[in-house]
Amino acid sequence: MNIHEYQAKEILKAYGVNVPRGCMVKSVRQTEKAYQNFGCDCVLKAQVYAGGRGKAGGIKTVRDATQAIEAAKELFKKKLITVQTGARGLPIKQLLVEEIIDVEKEFYLSLTLDRRTSRYCLIASAEGGMDIEEVVREAPEKIHTLFIDPFLGIKAYHARPVCVLLGLKDKLLDEGIKLIQSLYKILLEKDCSLLEINPLVITKDGRLLAMDCKINFDDNALFRHPEYEKMADLSQLDPLELEARKYDLAYIKLNGDIGCRVNGAGLAIATLDILKEHGTEPANFLDVGGGASREKVAAAFRIILSDKKVRRIFVNIFGGIMRCDIIAHGIIDATKDIAPHIPIVVRMDGSNLEEGIMLLAQSGLNVETVDNLKSGVQKIAQRMNRKQKTAA
Amino acid sequence: MAILIDKDSKIIVQGITGKSGLLHARQCRDYGSNIVGGVTPGRGGTSIEGFSVFDSVAEAVLQTRATVSMILVPAPWAAEAILEAAEAGIDLAVCITEGIPVRDMVTVKRYLQQTKMHLIGPNCPGVITPGECEVGIMPGNIHKKGNIGVVSRSGTLTYEAVKQLSDAGLGQSTSVGIGGDPIIGMDFIDVLKLFAQDIDTKGVFIIGEIGGDAEELAAHWIKENLKKPTAAFIAGRTAPPGKRMGHAGAIITGGKGLAADKICVLEECGVVVAQSPVKIAEAMHEALNKN
Repeated sequence: MNIHEYQAKEILKAYGVNVPRGCMVKSVRQTEKAYQNFGCDCVLKAQVYAGGRGKAGGIKTVRDATQAIEAAKELFKKKLITVQTGARGLPIKQLLVEEIIDVEKEFYLSLTLDRRTSRYCLIASAEGGMDIEEVVREAPEKIHTLFIDPFLGIKAYHARPVCVLLGLKDKLLDEGIKLIQSLYKILLEKDCSLLEINPLVITKDGRLLAMDCKINFDDNALFRHPEYEKMADLSQLDPLELEARKYDLAYIKLNGDIGCRVNGAGLAIATLDILKEHGTEPANFLDVGGGASREKVAAAFRIILSDKKVRRIFVNIFGGIMRCDIIAHGIIDATKDIAPHIPIVVRMDGSNLEEGIMLLAQSGLNVETVDNLKSGVQKIAQRMNRKQKTAA
Repeated sequence: MAILIDKDSKIIVQGITGKSGLLHARQCRDYGSNIVGGVTPGRGGTSIEGFSVFDSVAEAVLQTRATVSMILVPAPWAAEAILEAAEAGIDLAVCITEGIPVRDMVTVKRYLQQTKMHLIGPNCPGVITPGECEVGIMPGNIHKKGNIGVVSRSGTLTYEAVKQLSDAGLGQSTSVGIGGDPIIGMDFIDVLKLFAQDIDTKGVFIIGEIGGDAEELAAHWIKENLKKPTAAFIAGRTAPPGKRMGHAGAIITGGKGLAADKICVLEECGVVVAQSPVKIAEAMHEALNKN
């Protein structure tokens, strides 16, 4: 789960980490007021669920009230397209107004999981800022990594060498150690999957300060943090993906016209592969997971069908936990009212197969049932080609 | 022979009185697995559908001499269930549960370093030695006894692969779903090491998917160590590049994880890679005929 920069900084502040003075605003008026309260030059930072904002024009420096108003007007109107958002971009509903900081030096610091060692790791570089990924490619030796033993955590003797490598001295060295330990505490207590400070800076007046911060929460741990639900900015999420999330379905919209509904992520990905091999274009990735209920299966179909480009549906189910009769009921529940004529090819295999096939056969829907992946995909591809030929 | 489990394995089910715990305990027993009881704290001394229920894993081990545990405990308590199994001296825990927080698994993985217990999963379909024993949730009937060792990161895609192998007359020695979570117990290489030593395993099929570098690591290990014919399938050749946040992930993997890279490394290391998800048996045949 993503949160905005301003929310991440509130968390940092609560754990004693220095951040610039700032204020979140939702309108041009609020921006003007915030600017006047600060009474100094400010930056306006677009709050979107993506990085690469600076280069995309999502961060503006303003030096008087008129500039603040103009910049805010422009940002609130904009859909921000960065290297991480995709071509559709993201709407800007909130800005972070912050005092401008005179920077002496920039670093990169983050905590995340290292899959290879199954440990959290601290990543640090003396060269922070916008071009950190370039540093990785060009000069990987400038990236320092510390793997954390969960039974020990980060002791001062672990953090000190990292701070020394960053060039921190005297008072700042001690502050750096404390900062790293605080970040690790946040990572654990807030169940973060990513905590990134880029850049961490030394200011001209000698303070250590987190200029930008990105936090992702571990989706599996949301049950421990009911308060996170209120933190989500729904404007940043695709409405269909949002609807899918309500039912705990994994849905990603793609650009084709064949709706796909598969159980299990691996099989879902492989299904996209084989559809493309047969010259057809999937409209979505949708994994209904393991033991899905009838309601969940029906919701999956509604979501697929709300994409108006969808002209066929391919259902690929290999029942392990899933029962074929439940799938059949779900298909019937979801399509009989909203799209009774849409052609559906169902590949089902697994428990209660006969019952599932019978239910579909008696439903009056435009359904074909097959028992293996190969014929399923061939059926879908043939139907698409036939239709295209007729159209031509 | 096979690996990990056979007809003599004594198995308990943690979470046996839950809906899915009971369902799969029953299905495994029907398949022929020797399920000797189950654990649900607070329900010790009772029985359910002929399964004896114990309050703790330690108690169950004492009474039944079980060495294998299948864990179907809900996510908030699953990590503790794994730790409990390890402390009670279980040899092999198979954790089916999906959605365990990463922070919990970091602790589990660290603790397992100092115990002898092997962990399969979490978030996996389990293990099956066809015709002998199933510890998991896979449909038993698609499997066939034979000589191909199957190891997979995926769930349902494994069923797809196994069915194609069985239909083509390629039975399995043991099929292992290692799970797709960021932190898992045994990885590809751990399982491949067992297949390498197993006399019943004459060939190996690997099912991988995009993300991470587990397949690449396995490929290099195979090249150096595995003298048996090996084939693989990697899902996600046409997957659009995912959205991502921050840089830390890219820094760690160096931007790796694409299917094309994995396929390339596997082929360089002598593994036959199926070009399509419907050509799994063909790839296995090709690998077997090559040697």
